[in-house]
Amino acid sequence: MAAAEVAQETVLIIACGALAREILALKRANRLDHVALQCLPAELHNRPERIAGAVERAIVRARPHYERISVAYGECGTGGALDRVLREEKIERLEGPHCYAFYSGLDNFTGAAQGDIDAFFLTDFLARHFDKLVYTALGLDRHPELRDQYFRHYSRLVYLAQSEDRDLLAKARGAARRLRLKFEMRRTGYGELQKFVAAL
Amino acid sequence: MTDSDELDLNALGDAELVAQMHDDLYDGLKEEVEDGVNILLARGWQPYRVLTEALVEGMRIVGIDFRDGILFVPEVLLSAGAMKGGMVILRPLLAETGAPSVGKMVIGTVKGDIHDIGKNLVSMMMEGAGFEVIDIGINNPVENFLAALEEHKPDILGMSALLTTTMPYMKTVIETLQEKGLRDDYFVLVGGAPLSEEFSRAIGADAYCRDAAVTVETAKELMHRKHNQPSEVGS
Ligand code: B12
Repeated sequence: MAAAEVAQETVLIIACGALAREILALKRANRLDHVALQCLPAELHNRPERIAGAVERAIVRARPHYERISVAYGECGTGGALDRVLREEKIERLEGPHCYAFYSGLDNFTGAAQGDIDAFFLTDFLARHFDKLVYTALGLDRHPELRDQYFRHYSRLVYLAQSEDRDLLAKARGAARRLRLKFEMRRTGYGELQKFVAAL
Repeated sequence: MTDSDELDLNALGDAELVAQMHDDLYDGLKEEVEDGVNILLARGWQPYRVLTEALVEGMRIVGIDFRDGILFVPEVLLSAGAMKGGMVILRPLLAETGAPSVGKMVIGTVKGDIHDIGKNLVSMMMEGAGFEVIDIGINNPVENFLAALEEHKPDILGMSALLTTTMPYMKTVIETLQEKGLRDDYFVLVGGAPLSEEFSRAIGADAYCRDAAVTVETAKELMHRKHNQPSEVGS
């Protein structure tokens, strides 16, 4: 971060790397020049026990430099650890258990949860990085035979699209094909993330 | 692969062979593990000894490196697959030789959740430790748990959840058991990455187990306590 140039940025968002593009797009759209963004690696998703500690360290480091800090993470499977840190630090986070829920809109997602029990979700971010963060991370590149152990109980891949992007749509479709799941798309837009960023 | 690359498992002494099998399990080499099992059996090893010393011990090592972040989910799945290969050979023999049954467990993932890798691993290690395991699968509403408890009369009920949105459902199951006056008939063990000791206490489970090895230890300890309990009341 170039400290000299960000002097007028008074608010910092500490975010999951999976939300970087989306937050920058919303920042631009809402002309939020006073808002700075710092992202932590999206890979932490597969190690949720490390999320709370990483966020806490980022907060402590950033504290002296900003008037206000906000955290763009869901609960993300930290088992309450993230919320304990944020309560202590008196910092708000994005409402909801994970990004699939806050893109879909919290009411929609909770309501549909049972109907979507056989669905594996992609966001724009995951569609873009499917190879690395899903296929390779699960070892399917080296061991395609593991497919059934992971996805035996799934029948659909549901792409929750934030943007209109034909390349991403094609990627998401390709991901469904490789996982041998039926493809479905829902255009969610930015959901709760929109309100969260706009309020800063 | 040419023949000369292959290590001749037959040429190894028992201790070396078992060590090699631990390595093969670690590397997820199913066929090699199966070969090792067959060789030990041919050398006159009891099936139960092959299970505990070669397979369960090997998987315990995998569990430690998973916990410490050295191995990740795909490696664990491959190792589990290799162990399963060995178990398929041993299972009928264990049944024949009347291996000790330590206790019985019904296990399932709760409603709304279809994560099952951890649960399957727990089932396998519990079976390896001599428990009879009835796995009722994923996405189980309370009715399924009740029906399985009624049918199988286990000592232990195990529930798994990997989502923060589904873990509260464990409380629903425990409360239903309480309402029906059944809670004290079973030990309730809960697990899954987002859970904690604190959560387990809050919902009234008997214990939270952070991994399969801890589950086995806890279950054995509970069974031990059960058998040593004085049957008469009022001491
Ligand atoms: C592998 C995985 C998947 C696989 C699951 C395959 C399968 N067949 O189970 C796939 C890729 C399919 C998947 C899907 C989803 N997942 Co997922 N998944 C994971 C991941 C990376 C690892 C879980 C795992 O298998 N670990 C390996 C096993 C060995 O460990 P374990 O489960 O913890 O089990 C051990 C212990 O907990 C314990 N234990 C477990 N059960 C029990 C039971 C008893 C009785 C006892 C005593 C002990 C015990 O012993 C086990 C062995 O040592 C976790 C992150 C993480 N690191 O935990 C996310 C995670 C759980 N998933 C998550 C999410 C959000 C999802 C999805 C919604 C994502 C999506 N894109 O759609 C879907 C679910 C959709 C649906 N319809 O339900 C989130 C949950 C967030 C939250 N707020 O709760 C996590 C935390 C990732 C994240 N940070 O975003 N997932």
